[in-house]
Amino acid sequence: MRRSRIYSTVGLVWLVLTLAAIAHGTRLALVVAPTEATMGNVQRIFYYHVPTSMLSLLFPYVNFVASAFYLGCRRRDPMRALTADAVAIAAAEVTVVYSSISLLTGMLWGRAAWGIWWTWDARLTSMLLLWLLYVSYLMLRKLSATGQTQTLAAVLSVFAAIDVPIVFMSIRWWRTQHPAPVFFGGPDTGIDPSMMPAFVWNIVGWAMWGVFLLVFRYALERRRQEREQEAALKSIEGTLEIAQ
Amino acid sequence: MSYFGHVFTHLRKDLQLEWRSRDSVVGMLFFALLVVIIFSLAFDPTAAVSRQIAGGILWVALLFASFTALNQSWTREQRNRVLDAQRMSPSPASALFLGKALANLIFVSFVELVLAPFFLIFYNLHALGQGWMLAVVMPLGTWALVCNGTFFAAMSLRTRYREVLLPLIMVPISLPALLGMMQATTAILTGESDPGIWIRLLVAYNIAFTTVCLLLFETVLSAE
Repeated sequence: MRRSRIYSTVGLVWLVLTLAAIAHGTRLALVVAPTEATMGNVQRIFYYHVPTSMLSLLFPYVNFVASAFYLGCRRRDPMRALTADAVAIAAAEVTVVYSSISLLTGMLWGRAAWGIWWTWDARLTSMLLLWLLYVSYLMLRKLSATGQTQTLAAVLSVFAAIDVPIVFMSIRWWRTQHPAPVFFGGPDTGIDPSMMPAFVWNIVGWAMWGVFLLVFRYALERRRQEREQEAALKSIEGTLEIAQ
Repeated sequence: MSYFGHVFTHLRKDLQLEWRSRDSVVGMLFFALLVVIIFSLAFDPTAAVSRQIAGGILWVALLFASFTALNQSWTREQRNRVLDAQRMSPSPASALFLGKALANLIFVSFVELVLAPFFLIFYNLHALGQGWMLAVVMPLGTWALVCNGTFFAAMSLRTRYREVLLPLIMVPISLPALLGMMQATTAILTGESDPGIWIRLLVAYNIAFTTVCLLLFETVLSAE
């Protein structure tokens, strides 16, 4: 009981800090940071687009490590393996959320800067494929039979982890063979120092928000697992009573 | 019995089953033919245009057709609980997988051989690049499809909406391989670029995923 009190207090403090960081980052991005010379105010979406894109490349690693851990110890230590599985599903969902935000903000910017919503440029295509991979991971989790969901999902996560470097290389080859005419490049090498605080604070804020979502989803999944185990135990007890 | 003895036994069993019923090969063949005809009707291509799009259409047709066969290839094992017997047998699980994947490779390759003349006729094709390289690209691409396909079909065997789930998980993973085979075929047909890089991609993809499939198949077979 006491431990859960500590957890919820830590969670609450973390949430408040996260919201404060995001609020500060938003103020810096929308008010304090100077207007960009060529793109104007449209450029400000980068303070959201770049952090979410960076983070959506980070969470898949969490998913992969948790899945590999699950496969490694699902026989020896099923309880800890279940914990790893809860981390894996939380990380996969956060990946989908962040890469969706990254794609959507990218499209908004593309419409304003390039005049088109979408182009099959190397980076856009790779991000779309990453999104597809993790949506298919969630589909598998949703559709597979209880009892084998965790193992199948962990196997698919290993496949996805091997697939991602091949995807990035192949898309790059594809686009160097047929250069896209509309692509002007993202922000060139480095950004002006006066834009740096807004950028850093948004990375911090959105990373904290991602971690919050991850842990929250993890806790939810753990509760679901515990309830499932209780139900299973009860039904076993029920069969024992009949046998007597 | 050696490992390859087991593989060969599984392969022979699958070939024999297919020889007696001819269900999946005939189904695949007709399905692929229909897809080729539909695309031909949709685009009404001239010889120049069809060279550009034929590589993509050929592989899309084969991809869709192979879904129909892949879904069936494990369902066969479920009848009379054969799959449970396979799980209990002392032969290595990966031998079962390899035998099944090789059988599927033979079926899809057969479909390709029969389909090729129709394809050439309907799209007025002749390769402007080095046509013999198709003999390298086709088996590599087919193996990339059936190896992952057989594995994912086994994964989706006991799920709801099995027929839907297989393409949903197989296509995103296979996208780099699909890109490779389509680009290589188009490069050979148009003769405008070098297919070498795509062939290397396919080789690397096949090595990586064949290894993972062999290593993880036992996990999937015994997942409960």
